[in-house]
Amino acid sequence: MKNLLFAVLALLMMSHVVSAQPLTVQDVLQSQRELIEKSSRRTIGPAIDALVDSGLPQMQTVLELWQAKEIWQRKADGLFFTATKNDDGSYTLRDFEDGAEVGTAPSTDLKQLKPNSGVRAMIATALVQFQLSDPDVTKRRDALDSIARDPGPDLLAPLRAAIPDEADPDILARKTRLERLMTMAYDNDAEARVAAINDMSGDLGVDFRATLNPILSTKLVAAPAGAPPDGNIAAELSPGGDALSYSGAYALLVAEDLVPVQISADARDAALEANIEGGRVGGFPVAQLNTEAARDQAYGVLVDQGLAAPMVTPKDVEASLAAYRFFQVYDEPSAEVTEAAEAALAASEGRVAVGQAVDLGLDALSLMSIYFLAAIGLAVTFGVMGVINMAHGEFIMMGAYTGYVVQLFVPNHTASILIAVPVAFAVTFAAGVALERLVVRWLYHRPLETLLATFGVSIALQQLAKNIFGTQARPLTAPAWLDGAWVINDVVAISYIRIAIFILALLFLALFLFIMKRTRLGLETRAVTQNPRMAASMGINPDRVNMLTFGLGSGIAGIAGVAIGLFAKVTSEMGSDYIVQSFMTVVVGGVGNIWGTLAGAAMIGGFQKGVEWLNPSNTLAAQTYMIIFIIIFIQFRPRGIIALKGRAAGD
Amino acid sequence: MKTTSALVTALTISVAAPAMAADCPIKVGVLHSLSGTMAISETTLKDTMLTLIDQQNADGGVLGCQLEAVVVDPASDWPLFAEKARELLTVHEVDVIFGNWTSVSRKSVLPVIEELNGLLFYPVQYEGEESSKNVFYTGAAPNQQAIPATDYFLEELGIEKFALLGTDYVYPRTTNNILEAYLQSKDIPDSDIFVNYTPFGHSDWSKIVADVVALGADGKKVGVISTINGDANIGFYKELSAAGISADDIPVVAFSVGEEELSGLDTSNLVGHLAAWNYFQSADTPANTEWIAAWKERMGEERVTNDPMEAHYIGFNMWVNAVEAAETTDVDAVRTAMYGQEFPNLTGGTAVMLPNHHLAKPVLIGEITAEGQFDIISQTEEVPGDAWTDYLPESAKLTSDWKDLDCGMYNTETKTCVQTLSNY
Amino acid sequence: MNRSFIARNPSVLIFLSLLAFFTLGVTVLSEGFGVGLVSTSFVKTLGKTLCLCLIAIAMDLIWGYTGILSLGHFAFFGLGGYMIGMWLMYERTRQIVEGALSEGVLPPTPEEVQAAIGNQIFGVVGSSEFPLIWAVADSLVLQLALVILVPGVLALVFGWLAFRSRVTGVYLSILTQAMTLGLSLYLFQNASGLRGNNGLSGLQNLPGVTAPQSVVSLWFFWASALALGLGYLLVAWVVSGKFGSVIRGIRDNEARVRFLGYSVETYKLAVFTLTACISGIAGALYYPQAGIINPAEVAPIASIYLAVWVAIGGRGRLYGAVIGTAFVSLVSSWFTGGQAPDVPLGFYTIRWVDWWLVLLGLSFVLITLYAPRGIGGLFDLVGRIRKETGE
Repeated sequence: MKNLLFAVLALLMMSHVVSAQPLTVQDVLQSQRELIEKSSRRTIGPAIDALVDSGLPQMQTVLELWQAKEIWQRKADGLFFTATKNDDGSYTLRDFEDGAEVGTAPSTDLKQLKPNSGVRAMIATALVQFQLSDPDVTKRRDALDSIARDPGPDLLAPLRAAIPDEADPDILARKTRLERLMTMAYDNDAEARVAAINDMSGDLGVDFRATLNPILSTKLVAAPAGAPPDGNIAAELSPGGDALSYSGAYALLVAEDLVPVQISADARDAALEANIEGGRVGGFPVAQLNTEAARDQAYGVLVDQGLAAPMVTPKDVEASLAAYRFFQVYDEPSAEVTEAAEAALAASEGRVAVGQAVDLGLDALSLMSIYFLAAIGLAVTFGVMGVINMAHGEFIMMGAYTGYVVQLFVPNHTASILIAVPVAFAVTFAAGVALERLVVRWLYHRPLETLLATFGVSIALQQLAKNIFGTQARPLTAPAWLDGAWVINDVVAISYIRIAIFILALLFLALFLFIMKRTRLGLETRAVTQNPRMAASMGINPDRVNMLTFGLGSGIAGIAGVAIGLFAKVTSEMGSDYIVQSFMTVVVGGVGNIWGTLAGAAMIGGFQKGVEWLNPSNTLAAQTYMIIFIIIFIQFRPRGIIALKGRAAGD
Repeated sequence: MKTTSALVTALTISVAAPAMAADCPIKVGVLHSLSGTMAISETTLKDTMLTLIDQQNADGGVLGCQLEAVVVDPASDWPLFAEKARELLTVHEVDVIFGNWTSVSRKSVLPVIEELNGLLFYPVQYEGEESSKNVFYTGAAPNQQAIPATDYFLEELGIEKFALLGTDYVYPRTTNNILEAYLQSKDIPDSDIFVNYTPFGHSDWSKIVADVVALGADGKKVGVISTINGDANIGFYKELSAAGISADDIPVVAFSVGEEELSGLDTSNLVGHLAAWNYFQSADTPANTEWIAAWKERMGEERVTNDPMEAHYIGFNMWVNAVEAAETTDVDAVRTAMYGQEFPNLTGGTAVMLPNHHLAKPVLIGEITAEGQFDIISQTEEVPGDAWTDYLPESAKLTSDWKDLDCGMYNTETKTCVQTLSNY
Repeated sequence: MNRSFIARNPSVLIFLSLLAFFTLGVTVLSEGFGVGLVSTSFVKTLGKTLCLCLIAIAMDLIWGYTGILSLGHFAFFGLGGYMIGMWLMYERTRQIVEGALSEGVLPPTPEEVQAAIGNQIFGVVGSSEFPLIWAVADSLVLQLALVILVPGVLALVFGWLAFRSRVTGVYLSILTQAMTLGLSLYLFQNASGLRGNNGLSGLQNLPGVTAPQSVVSLWFFWASALALGLGYLLVAWVVSGKFGSVIRGIRDNEARVRFLGYSVETYKLAVFTLTACISGIAGALYYPQAGIINPAEVAPIASIYLAVWVAIGGRGRLYGAVIGTAFVSLVSSWFTGGQAPDVPLGFYTIRWVDWWLVLLGLSFVLITLYAPRGIGGLFDLVGRIRKETGE
């Protein structure tokens, strides 16, 4: 490839020598025009090489422009330019040599070069040598990203050369790490490689494991018994074990033409069909061949007549397998490198397993806090007051839509969230009070009917939200400082937004405890819950207390809605996603106790993550098993994990 | 008491309908959910149909008749789709139906359409493995979307390890099955294909995203093929950007994310991730510019266009041309006239209706931009749609040809027609 | 069913004769056997409504008479549908497949037939193996038995667990809701072996029947009417005797009935299981008319709607459940069918497709608050007025 390229280049140069003009960027680009227009990762390599090898000083800029999709081609003559868009939609074209304006052109006359990300990655790799020591820190970082994404033996030397002069400590650390990794993979000296591997043994990084695993790749080899194959043998496998099935081993022998192919049912039937004579096959009437046994028999006759290849019986397979031994052979020839890599990887894997467990623990903790957040409002209305509010989920939705509306008016994301939280509380508090005054308070002694009436409210609110906001999901964007994740290492990471939700859940727990245990409202609420008549005779107004408590529970749901909207989505149906789960959280935990709700959320969240871990390919199953688990759990602890005792527990 | 009044109303409707079933106006049924979970996607298609019908009427209608749209609401309720389809065909006596989005709703409608010999234009990309005499599939079959996108991953991005993430229903299941078989034929071992299914509307993606990142540990380049549907995409993309996964590290190509879905998202962190369709709003052709202008004028500036809309655009225009050619709206005559119909795509080139009731259309791959649009980076020649995939052994031997063989499920090995009704 | 039972319950006789007249009327007006005034699709709608009335009666028995608000009875309804759907689908596919395979050169072997059926049924969800639960799908008799057995056994097990540990009131409601949610999530999985989200489809095409749908729809209409009549009779008989008194006692004061020496749990379990079986039968008649069953049908919302119908009709009286169900489901389909005219208000046009659910939700709140006896309460009112004027 390269030779051809040089030939082309040389030819090109010669033509310029003849015309005695210096080589321009446009010349080089035009010489590669076809490849650049085709712009496929499979074919673009020579073109990029040609650009780099031209040695022109502008080439770094040209490659960077190309990578950023900032090169246009004039359709009329195929010349390339960089361009800036004017207000009237036309483009001002600039030359690559000196950036001089060449003229303007309407967009219809131009074609933008849009290298796909595969091509862009190749350009980035080509740029590495220019950028590794670039004064611009971001460009140095880009170069390192590019190496990390697509390391190659050619890049090891430039990387090493760029290490001594590096001033930025972060970049230096990255350069050194990359150099170690590439030494393991590409250095010619086995000892240097072993040393690099041992240096980093037990490292948690994905990049480290991604470097070691290819070193340890193996292939399966069959050898006649008594003659082990050449090469760096990893292990011997016996057919029928976990790593190699009987059929797999036989297929390997077939692939190497060492044994005859097994006759499949389809092949047998094809042979039978090919040998039908006068309605009979091997003496059997066709009509009788309606069982597998009959077809086998008929085929046997064909074999005896020499019309078909003999069947391979299980006995034949056994005999063939016994005549061969099966080995895994490393692709890497050096035994010391593979040994060191095995050991280093084993050390890593132990720590990775621990890391994954921690990560799963964090996920579970996050899920718990979300369930807790969704359920805490319910813990007030259902847990304390005993009111079944099926519209609770719609209060969550209301809070989320409030956040969305606030964001429409306050574009700054941080400010909008800070405003949205109290506004959401106010809106849902008001809605809760209205619901209590208008509906719930007439039904305090008919809990089942409260359930149905609030369900009516729920479907009405859901449809109202659809009518107002449409069925499309609405964006609720978190402030920039909540973007990204807290990355502890390559295995353990958790997004900031989840941490924020976790903290919010803790705050709510504290707030709830404070209100219930330390304020007058809390005292009165508890009094009304335990004995409304007695409380009333002590001068407490139960109506007012009920109203405020219900409002409080609804308001908390509204804030939870903002939080849930931030990390998931805002739709009119988001409430119904959480309602059943929230009720189960409260019921499983034990009604009337905030610690119970916490325990319920912990159990449900933990259990769900646990099932997901056991069965990673099916998240749906996790939810199903969780519900079955809850149903069974309720049988044994009908009053939940933390059950109220004494008179307060009355029906 | 009121039961009877409802009954009486229904009766009068059914009495009135046959009296109006003269030649004019020609009735066009629109069977898209206007309420329920699918309303989010399907309402747009109803509006598309009304726009197209109005445009056609302004141009003088068809066969000298005005077109009349009959819009019903199956409410995202699959059994209701069958009921409404029957109502359209027997009570309203429509000449053609444009409708459906989900595969399960199509499977619900199929027996009714085939029993009553109706005509349905289905505009959404789907899993294939089906061919009905009475349905024209104007959306993409797997070989017009999934396979080219996978090729792009293999060829252009050099992906060696695949994560197939999907919502747990028939389209992702079948598509992933086909892709698994296809990848195996491209020498990607089973161990390098990770498959995960999540429920509709799933929101807790942290574990799955972490699993995908962990796939990179053996040094192979990882890519995600997403058949995640609807709302669940929002949580998925949010988690993806929170985890800081750029399209250069782990590219994601989606088959169910279009302009409409992106409008519910802040796409600044998703720039460079991919989608494969037969149409993008950003396609730079005069026909597309005109269509977008007409759409925005009718529906509002902020509205976007998407792939299933183009499918209806092509399907409707082909039907109009076929009716003009057949000089009748009779289903069998129109069907015969449909074969070989050509109509220019909005993205350039020409769509052709094949005897297997699928279109030949170009496949486009776009990168998500910060504005919530797609930057088209790859556009193929027209690819003929294939009802039965070539990559599953049971389907490879089947072919569909309603023109010459008059069979949608023809076994090319035994040279027999497996069945003339479709499989539902 | 002695004379005194009918004599004591004149409403039963009135209901049964009205049902008979209605059935006859629809038949005479239908396309299949009559003058064609009632379209086939409307016959199907009416037939399905009758099935919903049947499950509403079951709901009334468990909620209105026994005081257990089950929010999971559509699980049993759906299971009944799945059981009959399995046979319909298997048998229809078997006939198609055998027809196709017999055209091959070699006669098909049983294994080939089985594999081809599996591929046809499960091909769309990417599989071809027959799951274990399809073991008896080839037998109509056994699947019909399962229509009653599967919901019955599920109700028996679930009820035994729940009632044994004295889960009552709203807790039981939430638990039944969890049950139906769990079932729907399970069925959504492809691994359930019932085709996941796609469910079972094409159920309206009866295997081996060549009669047109206009006729088949009437068969199912008659069967639904018959089932509703028998179900009404059965439930009316159950609630009229001593058993009925005991369950009403449980509804009004469970502890007192227990202290009187009745095994409250046994009574509850019996009612729960009986209503589950009735629901299963209703489902088995409903889904062949609907044509398709899938997991969305057993989602919790469906069961809540069931409670809504019964409450609107007036619980604690069987005809109330029937009236509420027929009224709400027909009005609902009228409003969402796009037949209700839009109401232009100048600045805003009320489209009923959008506003119907709001109306339903609010009217439901109002009924709960101000008319707890529902539409059925009107009959009391009429009766009282007549009595007053008569005296």
